Amino acid sequence: MTTNSPSKVHVTTTINGQQHELLVPGYMSLLDTLRELIGLTGTKEGCLDGNCGACTVNIDGRIVDSCLVLGAEVNGKEVNTVEGMATPEGLHPLQQAFLEEAALQCGICTPGFLVAAKGLLDNEPSPTEGRIRHWLAGNLCRCTGYDKIVRAVQKVSD
Amino acid sequence: MVATYETKTDYKVIGNSPIRHDGLDKVTGRAIYGGDVKVPGLIWGDVIRSPHAHARIKSIDTSAAEAMEGVFAVLTHDDFPQADDKTIDAGEGTVNLRRGQSNVMADQKVHYKGHVVAAVAAVDRNTAEIAAQAIKVEYEVLPAITDVDAAMADGAGVILEGLVGDHLGENVENTNVARVFRHEFGNVDDAFANSDLVIERTVAMSMVHQGYIEPHNATAIWAQDDNLTVWSSTQGSFGVRSQVAGLLHVPESKVKVNYVEIGGGFGGKTVVYLAPIAALLSRKAGGRPVKLVMDRSSVFEATGPAPGGKIRMKIGVNKDGKIQAADTDLILEAGGFPGSAVGAAAICVFACYDLPVSRITGYDVLVNKPKSAAYRAPGSPQASFAIETVIDEICDELGFDKIQFRLDNAAHEGTRRGDGVQFIRVGLEECLVAAKESDHWNAPLGDAPAGKARGRGIASAYWMNGGGKSTCDLMLQDDGTVMLNEGSADIGGTRTSIAMQAAEVLGIPVEDFHPSIPDTDSIGFTGVTGGSRTTYTTGLAAYNAAQKLVIELKSRLADLWETSADKIDFNEGTFTANGDSIGIQELAGKLDPTGGPATSTSSVNLAEAGNAYGVQICDLEIDLATGKTDVIRYTAVQDVGKAVHPQYAEGQIQGGVVQGLGWALNEEYFITDEGAMANRSFLDYRMPTSLDMPMIDTIMVEVPNPLHPYGVRGIGEVPICPPLSAATQAVKEAVGKPFYELPVKPGRILEALNGD
Repeated sequence: MTTNSPSKVHVTTTINGQQHELLVPGYMSLLDTLRELIGLTGTKEGCLDGNCGACTVNIDGRIVDSCLVLGAEVNGKEVNTVEGMATPEGLHPLQQAFLEEAALQCGICTPGFLVAAKGLLDNEPSPTEGRIRHWLAGNLCRCTGYDKIVRAVQKVSD
Repeated sequence: MVATYETKTDYKVIGNSPIRHDGLDKVTGRAIYGGDVKVPGLIWGDVIRSPHAHARIKSIDTSAAEAMEGVFAVLTHDDFPQADDKTIDAGEGTVNLRRGQSNVMADQKVHYKGHVVAAVAAVDRNTAEIAAQAIKVEYEVLPAITDVDAAMADGAGVILEGLVGDHLGENVENTNVARVFRHEFGNVDDAFANSDLVIERTVAMSMVHQGYIEPHNATAIWAQDDNLTVWSSTQGSFGVRSQVAGLLHVPESKVKVNYVEIGGGFGGKTVVYLAPIAALLSRKAGGRPVKLVMDRSSVFEATGPAPGGKIRMKIGVNKDGKIQAADTDLILEAGGFPGSAVGAAAICVFACYDLPVSRITGYDVLVNKPKSAAYRAPGSPQASFAIETVIDEICDELGFDKIQFRLDNAAHEGTRRGDGVQFIRVGLEECLVAAKESDHWNAPLGDAPAGKARGRGIASAYWMNGGGKSTCDLMLQDDGTVMLNEGSADIGGTRTSIAMQAAEVLGIPVEDFHPSIPDTDSIGFTGVTGGSRTTYTTGLAAYNAAQKLVIELKSRLADLWETSADKIDFNEGTFTANGDSIGIQELAGKLDPTGGPATSTSSVNLAEAGNAYGVQICDLEIDLATGKTDVIRYTAVQDVGKAVHPQYAEGQIQGGVVQGLGWALNEEYFITDEGAMANRSFLDYRMPTSLDMPMIDTIMVEVPNPLHPYGVRGIGEVPICPPLSAATQAVKEAVGKPFYELPVKPGRILEALNGD
């Protein structure tokens, strides 16, 4: 790249079930690694300081803001993004519920909400409304007022 | 001329809630937003911004950045061509091209902290950021003017040199007040003298931000053939085209704006910030594509907040419950350049009431803060807060029922709005009745737990909605499906709400429509998605295009059936004549002998839009130890005309309410004496989260808009307005003290509680 790019780090990681070998600039966030190096632009940039949740991804079963993680840090780890939620059989039930419940308007926060909500339901299949609201409080949505997002997650809950 | 319609009542498509056409792309991460644009050979731009709110630029040294490896271009205001001194329509507000250029990149002076001073383009984002920081700027720092009182004080420094203010028709130099205007009807002083009770209050509020989650972005190619291509997150591609062309002094025909998905706008993405910079950088970098993405602190510091300011409100009323007169001074912050939403505030401020006598005076005041932009019903939330605060106090003082008082004074068909316009059929009274009969209004507030207090507030508000220009094209396919092109940016499901209106006419399932939003070379002019105009205006273009397609198909079928077109009937998707009948989708495959594909197009330019009213009820609970508020129940009543897609209509109302509650209870620009925004992150600029809000109940009242065949009214704007006062009056009821300044944050509540 340029003289301004520090040395690169060799990273082997599994993203949405597929193994990737990458040379990641040392400064580069996981968000930019996904978006710029791999081309997975479903994960969105909203604030770059960990306060909006638009860039939420799942690393080894834990949801994180990918803008606060370096690409170099996911060596040997398993990363899952919104692009990995649907299967050849169809959409993930959360994706379907977001469509049916009109839980998105502009859609920019939607990937982050879906990954976050999946992180909840994977471990707690029957959360209360309060638990859903608490869990999703790290994801900002400015369009919906959250009502329909919470209902969509409730719809998929047992 | 304004067309009016007999409202249809029997619908097959309208009033259902199909899954939106762009939904799958948006839940799978496939949808392409402005930040996702990738073009071969792409390089990155970045900017350097002023650390001072008010300063003269003494020098800019770009040599270090220019010498840096990987840097392709460096840009200052000197690189901009001279723009014409003329004002163009930007959709929700206007832009003076010369001042717009100075807002995009500072010219000799910086008017607010975060004002762009220079830009670079480099091989990647990291290099661009390092190079921008290498640009050295020397400033002569001037005192920051951070509120309207300071800006209007005698001897105040002048922010925009050369500004000639228009003060009630008089030219005034050396002023920060760009405009003073007045709408007056009757003699307010006499009417106040004859009133049983007159209450006068002054309310104040800080700037707040639209808070869209997607930051501004732009990618541009300005090629050697002078053609300029732009991708940018915007509420209106044609607005970007006209602004980029005007600011860069090139013909509009040379500018093509590609549609990309937009991650929220709320009015704030009608003005261009980065697109002209990306274009000029591209030109200086030999036509390479250049992309810029704004960081969040710059979104706060340098893009369109809603104006803060002060509003003086005086209302006279008689003991029989009739308002005698109202008088207001609306003093709103334009920001670093002229042009606040005070004009719209003046239209909205008294629009809920049928007033015999009124006077509205508006002030557009420059301060050293970002140039304000439209934010959802621009000007109306502030205006609504002011009038509803005083109305609530009148009701308390004279013991009036808060809904009955509003009904007794409600604006209705024939009422003259404060700026002189007479209302056609409007639905405020129906909303008030629905609120009065609602479960919420009739349910007790309930006892607060120990250490807490509860209150209930109610408020109403108005937005005039938007019309203007829109285009829709239909192309019937051989298989009976329909390709639909329209020009409106889709921020909340409008591809579908527009397609549904054509589907209703044609009797074709909306699932068989393929709506697209093409680039500006490929669709007729369409205004911004804003002002609550899209489902109404672009929807009417779709309705008209569908009617034209029916006429075209009748003439084709007349050939096939060897009859005349006027003998053919069309009803719910089926053509009939002389005992023959054929469905429209079947006919689609038989058109070749009649002249090939059937298409139609319609453009509209609507002078009027119908009007929107909302009435909202807020219950909240306050922790008396901390001052923290929790909204525990909320009901939003709104006249939607006709809900085309009830789910998304309800979503607009719920989203507007929550933005309004953020404005009422938490959100504000916290500005230091030096004019810096201290809370320029989502951590410190506290927008509501899912944890802060309850479910938002809605009651959609349908009073048909006579200007639309299905009675559709715009719905997106008005719901943000009532929460400001509804929440504040609920706090007043809970703690027993009035509040005249927003936000009603925990600190202010504690101050009021501890004042006992």
